Amino acid sequence: MSLFQPDANMFERLETQDSAEIIARPSLSYWQDAWVRLKKNTRAIISLNIIILLAIFTLIGPLLWQVDPALQDLNQVSQPPAMPKSALVVDPFRGWEGITIDNYEPPADYADSVPAPTNVRAEGTATTQAVRIAWDQVPGADGYNVYRNVREPTSFADLGLPLGATYGDELSYEDRLSLEARDYYYSIVPTDGLDEYEVFTQLVVTPKLAITRDEALERGLIDSLDAVNIGDEVTIEFHPLGTDYLGRDMLARLMEGARVSLFIGIVAPLLYVLVGIIYGGFAGYIGGRFDVLLMRFADFVVALPFLLFMILFKIAFGIGPGESGIIPMLIALVLLMWPATARLVRGQVLQIREEGYIEAARLLGAKNHYLIMRHIIPNTMGVILVTLTFAVPAAIFTEAFLSFIGMGVAPPTPSWGSMCNEGVKTMLSHPHELFFPALFISITVLAFNLLGDGLTEALDSKMRSRD
Amino acid sequence: MLMYTLKRLLAGVITVWFIATATFIAMHQVPGDPLMNDKAVSPEIRANLEAKYGLDKPVTTQYFIFLSNMLKGDFGISFTQQNRKVNDIIRDHFPVSATLGVLAIFFAATGGVLFGALTAVYRNQMPDVVIMFLVILGISVPSFVFAALGQLMLVNINSFFGYSVIPVAGWGTIWHMLMPSLVLGLTTMALLTRLMRSSMLEVVNEDYIKTAKAKGLSPTRIFFRHQLRNAILPVITVLGPQIAAITTGGFVVELVFAIPGLGRYFVQAVQQLDYTVIMGTTVFYGAFLVFMVIVVDILYGFIDPRVRLS
Repeated sequence: MSLFQPDANMFERLETQDSAEIIARPSLSYWQDAWVRLKKNTRAIISLNIIILLAIFTLIGPLLWQVDPALQDLNQVSQPPAMPKSALVVDPFRGWEGITIDNYEPPADYADSVPAPTNVRAEGTATTQAVRIAWDQVPGADGYNVYRNVREPTSFADLGLPLGATYGDELSYEDRLSLEARDYYYSIVPTDGLDEYEVFTQLVVTPKLAITRDEALERGLIDSLDAVNIGDEVTIEFHPLGTDYLGRDMLARLMEGARVSLFIGIVAPLLYVLVGIIYGGFAGYIGGRFDVLLMRFADFVVALPFLLFMILFKIAFGIGPGESGIIPMLIALVLLMWPATARLVRGQVLQIREEGYIEAARLLGAKNHYLIMRHIIPNTMGVILVTLTFAVPAAIFTEAFLSFIGMGVAPPTPSWGSMCNEGVKTMLSHPHELFFPALFISITVLAFNLLGDGLTEALDSKMRSRD
Repeated sequence: MLMYTLKRLLAGVITVWFIATATFIAMHQVPGDPLMNDKAVSPEIRANLEAKYGLDKPVTTQYFIFLSNMLKGDFGISFTQQNRKVNDIIRDHFPVSATLGVLAIFFAATGGVLFGALTAVYRNQMPDVVIMFLVILGISVPSFVFAALGQLMLVNINSFFGYSVIPVAGWGTIWHMLMPSLVLGLTTMALLTRLMRSSMLEVVNEDYIKTAKAKGLSPTRIFFRHQLRNAILPVITVLGPQIAAITTGGFVVELVFAIPGLGRYFVQAVQQLDYTVIMGTTVFYGAFLVFMVIVVDILYGFIDPRVRLS
């Protein structure tokens, strides 16, 4: 029996695996890890998408919706949001002789009661140019009163606006009183020439939006007078979100206003956070007396009554004629808001300065600027990013607030705040003028707040993911 | 304790001086002067006016005159409201703003503590979800929108009843104060609710709560004596700065509800460059805020005996 003689051919070469003992997922940097955790936070990701959409709205929106935000259209003032509308092309207005009875005999005796008018009808096409109402004679009546209401009358006392009175022989009325394309409830009340009988007949009329050819040409809706015939329809200017009190397009103004509001909301925090980083970084890094002095000054600035000084500084840095006042507001914000960041960064720097790795780096001969750039700043970035996210809503609010009390962006430049200021005056009759800018402010602030919450959680190293 | 208070007061005085100086400098940066608002006057009259108000002296002299008058508690006479002392303007209108602010803080603090505690108790259940949704809404909607909506609500209530149940605007009775102060306190209430909630949730895990449970204390006693009392401390800390935010934030609410507070006078004064009124209101407000923060800090020492003031 021979011993087993192994042969080289009998062996198979295995792949070498020198890290077989390590059971770990690929290592993630601080930022990758934070991103992984942020992605799990649905609210934060939705907010991030909203912010991206807002940026698109602001930057690309005006390219797609090329309507001049400053263009006033007094024909369409305070229009609610609507689908594209068309108008009926009509002849220029000509008077209507109406329907009268020849050989009219006034009633011989006073009648105690009369029946309600019959056959109340609209003559011709009812347009916003004129609505012509006609009715049949009521026996015993010697005159008629015409009323108009915007909703259905509930009782005799609720007939609405008295338009006019006619004599007994006139059986028609022409209404030309600021007509809009909406439902009108006309009521005809017979009278004895002076007093009303308590009966009425009502008629619902929806006038069509009318436009003459000259008007259409003037407003640039058609190229030449021959382009349309009487009775054709032309499409009038489309305002998807309605118009404001001067007939300016709300959508275009919201886009333009977004530029102002978001510019201030993003640039101001960037600037003052930068100032805060430099100031706080210096104070924290140098430390000692210098630190105490710098921080004492920061405390003074914090003590300034914020809004009073916002207003004062904004005026002090001046708005010349024709300027919008954005830059003064930016300067005022930076001057008043930096101390919070400075304090935060100083605290962080003081803490990080004592860490072991700083000591180690220093022992290895690292220079000051290397320590600051490589170790201290990257380690404060998380806190700074969170501050920045929360600073945006604060700046947007401040801008809106100042513009609301009339100390902000100067007209005609729109900002969301100044649009709210204009909208609040017509809040009861045209709520959309307040609603849309307020909605945009709220959504923006909400998105930044939720993103800030998400970032705080994601960047908190205590909560680094273990899975 | 006494030393601490004195130290804080001294720092406060320096802060007020800083505020006054900053206001003075910023104000004199604005082009023009208060007399420009008047109709064109002859140079002689203008010179007389300047002499009367001391505008003919160099700016530094004006500054020292102002400072010494301020130390005597005299802010001078308004430029635009004839013969009305700035002190009188403050005395007449500050109490209005202050009442509004105090009521707003009251609403905000009680609401914030109550709702915050509620959300913590019903964590991740229906009340928590609903309240936290409202809180996010409260933080994200600007105060002037709340003011407008509040007014709209009053209009609807009044038209429903057919007579003025709660006045829509103006000032005078407790009914006038209700809606403006509620609206003013709303944002702060939202902030405090959030703070209170996280603070409550943190406290639940503390050792002393476990100890209390182990001792066999009743849940209500633990809740009120241990959890609530400890959780309320961070809320009190932010109350100082929040008082500041609310009293100046009252501008908009005063505007919307037509309340004769100090804010309106300040905005008017800045627009007309009424030097004395600007100085008076800003310094007064600044001093008030500084004082409030000191008071809150000292009170904090009483409420939380662990905090030693030094």
